Formats: sequence, structure tokens, C-alpha cells
Amino acid sequence: MKRAKAAGGRTLGSYLTGYVLALVLTAVPFGIAATGALSMQSALIAIGASAIVQVLVHLRYFLHLGLRSTPQERLLAIAFTAVLILIMIGGSLWIMLNLYYRMWA
Amino acid sequence: MSPVGDDTALLPHDEAYDERAFGFWLYLMSDAIIFALLFATYQIMAGDIAGGPQGSDLFSLPHTFGETLLLLTSSLTFGLASLALDAGNRRRVLAWLGVTFVLGLGFLAMEIHEFHGMITRGAGPDRSGFLSAFFTLVSTHGLHVSAGLVFILVMTVQVVVKGLSRPVSSRLERLGLFWHFLDIVWIGIFSVVYLPGILR
Repeated sequence: MKRAKAAGGRTLGSYLTGYVLALVLTAVPFGIAATGALSMQSALIAIGASAIVQVLVHLRYFLHLGLRSTPQERLLAIAFTAVLILIMIGGSLWIMLNLYYRMWA
Repeated sequence: MSPVGDDTALLPHDEAYDERAFGFWLYLMSDAIIFALLFATYQIMAGDIAGGPQGSDLFSLPHTFGETLLLLTSSLTFGLASLALDAGNRRRVLAWLGVTFVLGLGFLAMEIHEFHGMITRGAGPDRSGFLSAFFTLVSTHGLHVSAGLVFILVMTVQVVVKGLSRPVSSRLERLGLFWHFLDIVWIGIFSVVYLPGILR
């Protein structure tokens, strides 16, 4: 029985590429935290950027998400989730930091 | 709804498998929202240490790095199990599921060891707002990993007993989505909780 749909882009090469990229994107932020070479602010930005890129690497090479190959309803669901997450995390931080600023700062 | 069974005549249609995969995907998205809110809660409470220990007193960089490597490698080995599934190689599916299980168990053991150490040092979830949020976020992920391990065990038994039948391989696909998803959540945990905690 051929399972062509599920196998979309699933090869040994894709998993190994994803693994190596993820290792590099893990080593960089851990290295920054270990050496303390950067200032606090640039360290946090570098850690955050590595995390976002690594999430994209996982989605592409482990979950095989592609703009063409993945069913549109799944992409729509993940896009909607991303919007909800941005609203909820962004909104919570906005409100709480504002409160903090007004009450303690 | 047609009944689910291993009898080929009773197998659901291809579309039914697609619908299940999509349904599981929607579940994962809702789980992602739960984690996002726990991350927001943690971020807001991260500074509320109530005179107790802070992240840099509690977290160990090599320990967290070890956990990360275990979980990341288990994502790769699950991928290798998926490839064996594509090739229809039952023994290799079982072997890679086994390796994935051991790596996941190693991760969980390290996490429990860390929690135990923190609680015995008086840095349990009742110590401060920071630690309440920390334990809620990280142990929710740990519980998901535990559920994933049970899921792997169940699927191992099913592969042994039923072979790589269509329903079994469709369940293995969903287990794969779940396992890779947990690794993605862990990226957030080490980037939001551990590394900034150590830098602070």
C-alpha cells in the first residue's frame, strides 16, 4: 500500500538536515548563555531569534509543513493559532507591563 | 461513521484518515494555545521571586542542554521510525520507536531529578510566584511527554500485534505529530525560561 500523501517531502535527508540545523540553533543560544559574551539585551534578542528560526526548522523538516504540500485547512489552522497566540501573549504582556509601570515604576 | 477495525472490508475511507489527521492537528493547535498562555503567565511572574531563589540560583546550563539534546535526538529517531513506516519495515519501526522511548524516558528522568532537587532545596512551587509559574509551565510539558511515552508503548504493542495495518500507521502518523510538537514547545521553554533565567 503506497502512502504517497503522508510521505510528502519525508526523506532521510530532510530529517538529518533538520537535526543538524536544530543542533546549530541550539548550540548558539546555549553558547551565548554560557559565555555571557553579549550584553543582556542583545543576548535576549539572539536567543529569541534562534528560537523562532528553530521552530520554523522543526515545522519544515520534522513536520514537513510546506506552503504548497500541506493541506490548506491545516495552514489556515496554524495561521489562526499564530494570530491568537500573538494577541493573547502580546495583550497579556502589554496590560501587565503597563500596570507594573503605573503602580511601581 | 463506519466502524473501525482491522478487517479490510470495514476500513474507513481514505478521507476518514485525512479527517482524523486534521482533527488531531486542531487538537495540537489548541494545545499550543494552552502553552502560549502558560508562557505569558511565566513571563509576567518571572520577576516575582518573593525574596526566594531566582533562576540563576536554580538552573544548570549543562543539565538543560542535556535535556534538550535528548528531546531533539528523540525527534530525529521518531523521524527514522516514520521513514521505516514508509518503507513498510516493521522491525525497524519497532527499533526506532524503542530508541525514541528510551530518549524520552531519559528526558523525563532528568526533569524529575531537577524538580526533586529544587523541591528538597526549598524551591518548590509554593515558594514564590516565579516558581509557581515555572512548575506549572515545565511540568505541563513534562506531563505531555509522559503521555507521549504511554502513546509510544501502546503503539509499539499495536505494531507487534496488528502489524503496520492502515489504522495502525495512521495512528503512528498522529503520534509523530504529537512527538515533534512537544519538541517545538521545549524550544520555547529553554529559550524563555532557562536561558534568560541563567543570564538574569
